[in-house]
Amino acid sequence: MTGALGLFNYWAVVVLMMVGFYTLIARANLVKKLIGLNIFQTSVIMMYVSFGKITGGTAPILIEGDHGAVEDVVYSNPIPHVLMLTAIVVGVATLALGLSLVVRIKEAYGTVDEHEIDAKDHAS
Amino acid sequence: MSQNLPALLVVVPMLLAPVAALVRRAGVAWAVAAGACWWALYAALALLVRVWDEGVIRYELGGWPAPYGIEYRIDLVSAFVALIVAAIGAVSILFARQSIAKEVTEDRAPLFYAAFILSLTVLLGISITGDVFNVFVFLEISSLSAYSMIALGHDRRALTAAYQYLIMGSTGATFIVIGIGLMYEMTGTLNMVDLAELLPQVSGNRTIPVAFTFLTVGITLKLALFPLHLWLPNAYTYAPSAVTAFMASTATKVSVYLLLRFFFTIFGFEFSFERMQLDMVLMPLSVVAILAMSLVAIYQANVKRLLAFSSVAQIGYMVLGISFGSVAGVTAGILHLFNHALMKGALFMVMGCIMYRIGSVRIEKMAGLGKVMPWTMAAFVLAGLSLIGVPLSVGFVSKWYLVQAALERDQWAVAGVVMVGSLMALVYIWRVVEVAYFGELDPDHEIREAPLGLLVPTWVLVIASYWFGIDATGTADVATAAAESLLRGLP
Repeated sequence: MTGALGLFNYWAVVVLMMVGFYTLIARANLVKKLIGLNIFQTSVIMMYVSFGKITGGTAPILIEGDHGAVEDVVYSNPIPHVLMLTAIVVGVATLALGLSLVVRIKEAYGTVDEHEIDAKDHAS
Repeated sequence: MSQNLPALLVVVPMLLAPVAALVRRAGVAWAVAAGACWWALYAALALLVRVWDEGVIRYELGGWPAPYGIEYRIDLVSAFVALIVAAIGAVSILFARQSIAKEVTEDRAPLFYAAFILSLTVLLGISITGDVFNVFVFLEISSLSAYSMIALGHDRRALTAAYQYLIMGSTGATFIVIGIGLMYEMTGTLNMVDLAELLPQVSGNRTIPVAFTFLTVGITLKLALFPLHLWLPNAYTYAPSAVTAFMASTATKVSVYLLLRFFFTIFGFEFSFERMQLDMVLMPLSVVAILAMSLVAIYQANVKRLLAFSSVAQIGYMVLGISFGSVAGVTAGILHLFNHALMKGALFMVMGCIMYRIGSVRIEKMAGLGKVMPWTMAAFVLAGLSLIGVPLSVGFVSKWYLVQAALERDQWAVAGVVMVGSLMALVYIWRVVEVAYFGELDPDHEIREAPLGLLVPTWVLVIASYWFGIDATGTADVATAAAESLLRGLP
């Protein structure tokens, strides 16, 4: 696969990234903003995993042949995957904290809409 | 033990954080946190002495050699920033005891101390690590603990401030991780030293400039450079006082350190300043930050908010120094990083004292406080004079170096901006002083001097901000040596 279509993964990354980033900026609903943030972060995970993949590469596990380990096997790079495990954990923690903040904002203000919260802050 | 000191600096407080969360008594949790902070101060001081005597320390975590394993690499800049963080942490924790008891409910206090220790731990970790992905993970832990500490503020706007910070901070961190990913894609390494060697070979194509751009935006968002500072004023205003004092003097400072680390050590001076022309971006933004944010600060009615906007302006001074890209400029930036940590820490602690006694930091509530809280307000005046940059104070030292750096480059206008910024600082500090000393005291309220537990840490920082102003040779030597090593690049 060559040309633009061969970079399908990266197109998907860019589209997801922009969808997430736009949602993050444009939406007034605090929960939707967090979802946007999460999509934005997920696109980065896809980017890392994409460049860790080698065409025709297999999982990075030592393959046993008849005469010990087979040497001429192409492996995908495992490090980006491992890095993204950490990034997923960070993303989950961020999302959990964000959502719990939204719950408390809802308790304190009675709304999760940014504009209404602003209006209430200005009124008080 | 001394061989493993770099790891222990981070690991000991990290292990103490869950302990503080598990004990259910505020007093015990505070003692654990104080232990962690004072241990960090001792370790950071020992590391700085060792780096000064013996040169760069490279520590392999778990015995895995770099670039495969994670490496802690401590040079003079790292050790200096780690010492600043640890010192402010050690003073803030003393301040936190009474201040937090007043502003945070008893059952939440242990959790607060756990978040405080975590925040301190990872800020130290960022300053000594030699692995870029490690930087990202630490940065996120520090931000997460900061969001939860801000949300503990008693005003409900603390929640929206924490949320806003979470959205912007996470966006910044994601930008940083994209930049790191693109660098990894081109070089296959995450080790800073390795990256610095490999990047020049691949920087011909477009990926590395894109990585550079993502990192620049991400880091400047974290350090609240104008116009990416929008999260900062609310976060500082509504967080508990002890948190503001700690964060204002450490979190943004560590981000400034990251800026230095990425621009000078990893990308190198030639790439950052000659090819990407970083100074063309940073200098105008920091000039606008100094002028616009000082102006906004003048019109604030909430003094914590006033000081928060002043912080954004002061960050402008640091970035301005760095944007000269000369030894004198970077020295000024590093010096101001240290000096601003002292004086802004002291000013926010004064706000903590006032909050403790009158429960508000609005300027009209401070009328006449100079008579009933003489020590508190004297601390404000002295730290404020330092912020303005009066001779003998640390503020004067950093502005002196900054103006010299500007004149060295024949940037007379920029030197003028530094002066105008100082005059504006005079205006906003004077507003508070005028109300506090010449305002009429509200006779209905019985207000007493702040307790010693709050005054002592405040005065420690105030005295430090004159001590290092009168005898600036020590800090200036370290800052100059650090700037020289940064500009020389590796090894």
